[in-house]
Amino acid sequence: MYDITTIAIASIVTAGITTGIGAIAPALAEGRAVSSALKSLAQQPDASAIITRTLFVGLAMIESTAIYCFVVSMILIFANPFWNEGVAQAMAQ
Amino acid sequence: MHLSPDEIVYWQYGWFKLNATIVFTWAVMLVLVVGAWLVTRKLSIGLQRARWQNLLEIIVIAICKQIEEIGLRNAHYYLPFLGTLFLFVGMTALATILPGFEPPTGSLSTTTALALCVFVSVPYFGVRQQGIGGYLSSYVKPTWVMLPFNVISEFSRTLALAIRLFGNMMSGAIILAILLTIAPFFFPIFMTVLGLLTGMVQAYIFSILAAVYIAAATRSRSSQAGATIGT
Repeated sequence: MYDITTIAIASIVTAGITTGIGAIAPALAEGRAVSSALKSLAQQPDASAIITRTLFVGLAMIESTAIYCFVVSMILIFANPFWNEGVAQAMAQ
Repeated sequence: MHLSPDEIVYWQYGWFKLNATIVFTWAVMLVLVVGAWLVTRKLSIGLQRARWQNLLEIIVIAICKQIEEIGLRNAHYYLPFLGTLFLFVGMTALATILPGFEPPTGSLSTTTALALCVFVSVPYFGVRQQGIGGYLSSYVKPTWVMLPFNVISEFSRTLALAIRLFGNMMSGAIILAILLTIAPFFFPIFMTVLGLLTGMVQAYIFSILAAVYIAAATRSRSSQAGATIGT
């Protein structure tokens, strides 16, 4: 049941895929957010304070999805509970 | 490589562990408290002011202005809580330039504690401003169909607050550790500078989001615009 090699392969591949997709989508989203913020900054330079503040908050919200993916992949690589369980079972045998 | 400063244990007695998170949290708190006490010992209201008093006035007034722009009218009432959040998170982010300093916000327990403070303070301020009935009725605001979603969002945004700060601070530390093994001399400096910037932005975001949540809970029924930002 607990084959260590399978666990390692699955964890590493999944961690890579997680970070990859989790970098692509927020990058696209942040690009769209920044470009529309720049557009509205060029149209209304007076509202720059409000636009910048909202942009920062929105960027942090978008970026947090990337951070979630990063945290998940870090857990998969460094703090994987199934890996510890598999090692414990292999030691027991 | 360690994921969080929780794993660095300096001293242990039974179940009590004195790890790097606790040590550096108390160090930052000590610096903030003693620094504020030293600066505010002799305040002057004349034209001659000490330079540290000027610095603190700039910070306090800037935080007050930001809180008022969010939509909280009586900014001085919320200043102790929101300002402390900002100063603590910002100070831990700034102190990462000191060698050997592990940011305590890079540990999930610290950020969870901070997020729980926000989680508790939102109903506190809401009840203080609107009364219990007024605050509870904000859960069924558009229609009663939204009740479960409002309750879920209350918990999910607390989780999001904690994980966001933790992930940002931890990713900075881990990227530095990885870069030190690949390109040791020059490149980590740029990542440290970037880490300082993201640390300050995260401190700003954390306190702004707390202010937005509090504003959404204390606002009676006038505008829901601020409430939709951070869910």
